[in-house]
Amino acid sequence: MKRRIFTTLSVLFLGILISGAIIAQGIRVSGKVTDAADGSPLVGVTIQEKGTTNGTITDINGNFNITVAPTSTLAVSYVGYTAQDIPVNKRNTINIVMEISEQALQEVVVIGYGTVRKEDATGSVKAINSEYFNPGIVSSPQEMVIGKMAGVQITTGGGAPGAGATIRIRGGSSLRASNDPLIVIDGVAVDTDGPTGMRNPLSTINPNDIETFTVLKDASATAIYGSRASNGVILITTKKGSSGQPFSVNYNGSVSLSSPIKNVEVFSADEFRELIATKYESNTQAQALLGDSDTDWQKEVFRTALSNDHNLNFTGGLSRLPYRASIGYTNQNGILRTDNLERVTGSLNLTPSFFDNHLRIELSAKGMTNNNKFANQGAIGGSLSMDPTQSTDFLWKNPDGTPLFVAPMNPLTQLNDYNDVSTVNRLLGNLTLEYKLHFFPALKAKLNLGLDKSNSDGSVGIPVDSFLSYSTYAGNGRDTQYRQSKTNSLLDFYFDYTGQFGTHSRLNAVAGYSWQHFYRDGNTITKSINENVTYEDSDYKSENYLISFFGRLNYVLLDKYLLTFTLRDDGSSRFAPENRWGLFPSAAFAWNISKENFFRKNIMSNLKLRLGYGITGQQNLSDNDYPYQAIYTFADAGAYYQFGDKYIQTSRAGGYDANLKWEETTTYNLGLDYGFLQDRITGDIDLYFRKTKDLINQIPVPAGTNLTNQIVTNVGDLENRGLEFSINAKAIATTDMDWELGFNASYNTNKITKLTAVDDPTYKGIYIGGISGGVGNTIQIHSVGFPSYAFYIQEQVYDTDGKPIEGLYVDRNEDGAITGDDRYRYQKPAPTVFMGFSSLFRYKNLDFSFNGRINVGNYIYNNVFSSSGSFANMAASGYLSNRVKNVENTNFENSQYFSDYYIENGSFMKLDNLSVGYNFNNLMQDKLNLRIYCTAQNLITITKYTGLDPEVFSGIDNNIYPRPRVFLLGISLTL
Amino acid sequence: MAMKTKLYKSIGAAVVIFSVFATACVKDLDTIPLDDDVLTTEKIYNDFNNYEKVLAKVYAGLAVSGQMGPHGSNDLSGLDEGFGQYTRAYFYAQELPTDEAILGWNDGNLRDYQEMDWSASNEFIFNMYSRIFYQISLCNEFIRQTTESKLTDRGFNETQKSTITLYRAEARFLRALSYYHALDMFGSVPFTTEEDAVGSFLPEQISRTDLFDYVESELLAIEPALMPAKTNVYGRIDQASAWMLLARLYLNAEVYGKTGKYTETVTYSKKVIDAGYQLEDSYGKMFMADNHLAKGIIFAIPYDGKETKTWGGTCFIINAEVGGSMLPANFGISGGWWGLRAKPQFVDKFPTDDTDKRKMFYTAGQTKDIADMFNFNHGYAVTKWKNIKSTGGAGVDGTHPDTDQPIFRLADAYLMYAEAVLRGGSGGSASSALGYVNEIRTKAYGSTLGNINQDQLTLAFILDERARELYWEGYRRTDLIRYGQFTGGNYLWQWKGGVQGGVATNDKYNLYPIPDADLGANPNLVQNTGY
Repeated sequence: MKRRIFTTLSVLFLGILISGAIIAQGIRVSGKVTDAADGSPLVGVTIQEKGTTNGTITDINGNFNITVAPTSTLAVSYVGYTAQDIPVNKRNTINIVMEISEQALQEVVVIGYGTVRKEDATGSVKAINSEYFNPGIVSSPQEMVIGKMAGVQITTGGGAPGAGATIRIRGGSSLRASNDPLIVIDGVAVDTDGPTGMRNPLSTINPNDIETFTVLKDASATAIYGSRASNGVILITTKKGSSGQPFSVNYNGSVSLSSPIKNVEVFSADEFRELIATKYESNTQAQALLGDSDTDWQKEVFRTALSNDHNLNFTGGLSRLPYRASIGYTNQNGILRTDNLERVTGSLNLTPSFFDNHLRIELSAKGMTNNNKFANQGAIGGSLSMDPTQSTDFLWKNPDGTPLFVAPMNPLTQLNDYNDVSTVNRLLGNLTLEYKLHFFPALKAKLNLGLDKSNSDGSVGIPVDSFLSYSTYAGNGRDTQYRQSKTNSLLDFYFDYTGQFGTHSRLNAVAGYSWQHFYRDGNTITKSINENVTYEDSDYKSENYLISFFGRLNYVLLDKYLLTFTLRDDGSSRFAPENRWGLFPSAAFAWNISKENFFRKNIMSNLKLRLGYGITGQQNLSDNDYPYQAIYTFADAGAYYQFGDKYIQTSRAGGYDANLKWEETTTYNLGLDYGFLQDRITGDIDLYFRKTKDLINQIPVPAGTNLTNQIVTNVGDLENRGLEFSINAKAIATTDMDWELGFNASYNTNKITKLTAVDDPTYKGIYIGGISGGVGNTIQIHSVGFPSYAFYIQEQVYDTDGKPIEGLYVDRNEDGAITGDDRYRYQKPAPTVFMGFSSLFRYKNLDFSFNGRINVGNYIYNNVFSSSGSFANMAASGYLSNRVKNVENTNFENSQYFSDYYIENGSFMKLDNLSVGYNFNNLMQDKLNLRIYCTAQNLITITKYTGLDPEVFSGIDNNIYPRPRVFLLGISLTL
Repeated sequence: MAMKTKLYKSIGAAVVIFSVFATACVKDLDTIPLDDDVLTTEKIYNDFNNYEKVLAKVYAGLAVSGQMGPHGSNDLSGLDEGFGQYTRAYFYAQELPTDEAILGWNDGNLRDYQEMDWSASNEFIFNMYSRIFYQISLCNEFIRQTTESKLTDRGFNETQKSTITLYRAEARFLRALSYYHALDMFGSVPFTTEEDAVGSFLPEQISRTDLFDYVESELLAIEPALMPAKTNVYGRIDQASAWMLLARLYLNAEVYGKTGKYTETVTYSKKVIDAGYQLEDSYGKMFMADNHLAKGIIFAIPYDGKETKTWGGTCFIINAEVGGSMLPANFGISGGWWGLRAKPQFVDKFPTDDTDKRKMFYTAGQTKDIADMFNFNHGYAVTKWKNIKSTGGAGVDGTHPDTDQPIFRLADAYLMYAEAVLRGGSGGSASSALGYVNEIRTKAYGSTLGNINQDQLTLAFILDERARELYWEGYRRTDLIRYGQFTGGNYLWQWKGGVQGGVATNDKYNLYPIPDADLGANPNLVQNTGY
């Protein structure tokens, strides 16, 4: 498969080269292209004979040579400069002077509470525009930028339609508190949890509506968001109309086929029969249980799934009312049978301005209604353990016909009898008023009102007498109904002043105030379907507020020296009044070295040094809005206590830490932006160090001192340090042909440096990372001197044939016994280095692109193998269960969950996306543009990992919904 | 000039608007819980009706694991909720390392528990320890909030005050019970009372003998304040519970580093015996779904398949004891968990015939020996506990039994009396000791065929009789230690020391280690010898 792609690629390439080599007869023209600003030669400028494919580019001294028709016109173009058409008029020498285009000067990047000219930016900021998004992404916007940015690791949660993704920017700076970046959509900071009953909070926005993804990485860029910026900030802006733009309609549609890539190897029916016959030779009871069917249970639960997606949008500018409206419909089927996502999205952006542009209004609304049918993912594990010799409708039963609960459940029953559905409606909108003072236009006042409202309704139904909830006693069948409503509101008010002092310096100052309120309530009721037994009836209602004052000062001297200061004072209702406010400063300095007179712009065209420092905070506990308060909680049904003949609803005093406060992360960043060959090659290098102190952490309380055994408090320090590198090159840039290549690499190490209030070398750490197999077993640990989530396991001893010896581990503490104390810390799930690569090639109307990723040093605990990794209880009384074939390698009789045999290196290379498209321009008398493209996703994975997929964020591979391979065919019509 | 004034004016206006916004909204940061199920401490204790609810939680700390049944809103964190329930953790600690029980699950370091080679990082020991000190903290909080002066400040009348004072005495009893468990299992432990406020401080460690004195003094102090024996409502303790705990404390005094207090054991077990309780005629009835009607139970933790649900307690015992070819329906449950069995040395405590009705084993498809501890079919299964009523029919739920868990039983008072007399306690007589033991055996055999004579009543006989009468009720570890048979090589049972035949173990295992999590959190603590 891979070979064929490369062959196709080279043929395509060769064809392009040959066509470029054919040169028309005519006169020879030569000359030099220089920069209007300083007369320096411009390298790589495209010179083309207009209307033909004949062209050249300037050499390293700015010189060019081309043979053209004597009366032709030269089309001269260069990135960032204004293009020119120059008639040849039979001249042999033409020198060309090019000016930097106004547009390039105006190129801005979005930052918190405003924008900054790209060349004035001092922080580590990376923006990706829609034209560079990964194509063919239907429901998870995060996937559009996977692998595109250094330091940003995006891991999808699995292969479910619209699955969420975990985003980590420069590793995680927190342990117990959220490590998710803050996401700001059109100026509204949304809460990362999203509504319940929805797989991905970001799928509220249709990927077709997104204009840019901007990632703020270092503290000098993020600190203006203070309290929630420790893990980076992602700013998403949606597409808008622009003034004077003609009306246009655009339709995007696609159909796609998803299919599973590979199966976990388990014993086939014949192999299983043989295994039982040999392993349980004397056990006739077990032999008698074997069936005579031949069922591949994985084949039964998975399918090839068809999905489709449609999006229609209208853009235009009715005099002073630019608008964009869109409506989208998505219907995605999961590869796990019964799994489905149906979504309707709508968006409206109005950006009118009044009073001679003094008052600008932005109204932005995004609405979504999402119907989910969640397949029971228990069927994935069930398909591995169910006896392959049984027919598809087989169920393990007791002699009396009731379910044998300890036996594996038929995975098809798990799918068919489990009706888990939800409907989520969400509205995310904001209104921004920006008023430029009439008598003092340098000062703008901006008011931003935002609302994020959602309603979720869901239910899980299991029919009466289904084996999934069977009971011979009262209450059979299950009906769970849950509901949630969330309202988050926001008010930002700030002033923005921009001033020019003489010709040498500029100042931009922003100062303002922000108020946010997060509110949620909901309830869950679970009842039996017959006899009306209530199993659960619980409700909740909670809120928290964040109030902030913030300011930023940007000062630019001589276009060379850039200074930024920000300050944010944040108040969170989650902390007691005396600890409530946190002050988060940052400072950054940047030096545009390439603007210095001594800088010679020949090969190197841009060089900027950036230095940044800042402190950011963290207060996101998501599960508790009142952690500092002494509160009592009443019991829900089922946890009452009997006094005499009454059942008393109990009331429990809860544990709390009155002194809980902000977690603080200090970041140092050293960055270098570079450009070569008139910025045909650009990129950046960043070096950072981040130290988090007063980690919001859950640690054991000294016994007897609090009303719980573990408390959320501020204890511990954590460090992340890393290096990021990115490079983008326009390998070819002519009118007919473009080829852009991109590559980025990130290195991050993470280390916990403190975990306890008092130093205690005997303290092992915080056990974490629950596994399947046994109850309450954990495989990871946070401990001092090691990365977070380090694996904590026993060192397997192998025999001379390299086979693991069951139960024999290295006695690491040398106490003469092999116990749990011989566990050691080994590796971690996060990659040490991760890279992304992309290629975007266009020849005339044909384009071809691909992108992929490489992860190095990410380790995985293969829990699929370990939980099914022994011959024990394959034939217990009354039932049989299958095993993964890996058990033949270990020959373990009993499960060895803690053996480091199961820790594998998950390093991988993935070709995530490969796409070919063709544009039919100017159809129907120039009225219609049509684009047809096809995309293959998740095409190739190269890894040594023996499980299904080496991309496991938690590092514990346990029946994760497999990511499918997707083939998608799409069209885009613009009228 | 006009321009400038205008500018100042508008900036001024903006500043004013801004300040109004800002200051008005900063008050929003003072939030209190919105949920009706969540109240601040002050609101709770201002309402008399809530005192009973808080007391009920102090009791429920023994019964369930959180504020949702059977799980959810866990009292503790970082632990599996089922494992962390009080009496399940207690069953693990008191039964699994002994000759009475084996649990065939490959959960974490459970195996070390059963092989008597645990360490300070064992999570099941941490479960027990955490539960004990959580319970003590719950009691401390209630006791702290119910001082005479606080009740007066809150304006309660005398009737209300006397009700709350009784509640307070019961909370002190429950605290003494948990400190007793700490004393028995961990020895010298961190010590806190209602005098210590909630928050981060580092408690001092109390010596085992001082803790003995504290538990004794607390029980003696509250005795008069408690309801007389047999007068409190079901599910709450009375004076008889205090006597039972005192008798047990005194019986083990030598183990706890004090001089023998067998006379006191006789005194307090006699008080129970004389309080008018009767032995239950049918042994099995005390462990069935309607055991609240059974005689001979002084205090039991009440469970109900609808109202009081947990994955611990009797739910654990009944579900875990069922497996193999046993029919779950015979135990009133939907399916067994294939876990608990008996070890062969315990099986041998019973006569080979079935004359002793307390011998409740299931042997079909089971081997007596345990070659593989993870195989349910190795070791006889036990049928003592059931979610079936004595009158027939099952409890209301197929997973969560109605079966209550007895904590104090009359038979234990009889056996403590007999043992204390044999150990030299005064105030009783050898003949009444024999009479009490024979009363128990008469019930067990349904006749006097199993009765013994005075010569047969030895200390060794009592230890075995305690096993036969009280197995799987959480006594065994303490009893074996009192007889010097828990550690060392005097008595071996299968898998003791990690080998099937059993080997001698280190005496350090007579005490559990202070979990390393607490040693890390509290530098004042000194680890028990040998760990």
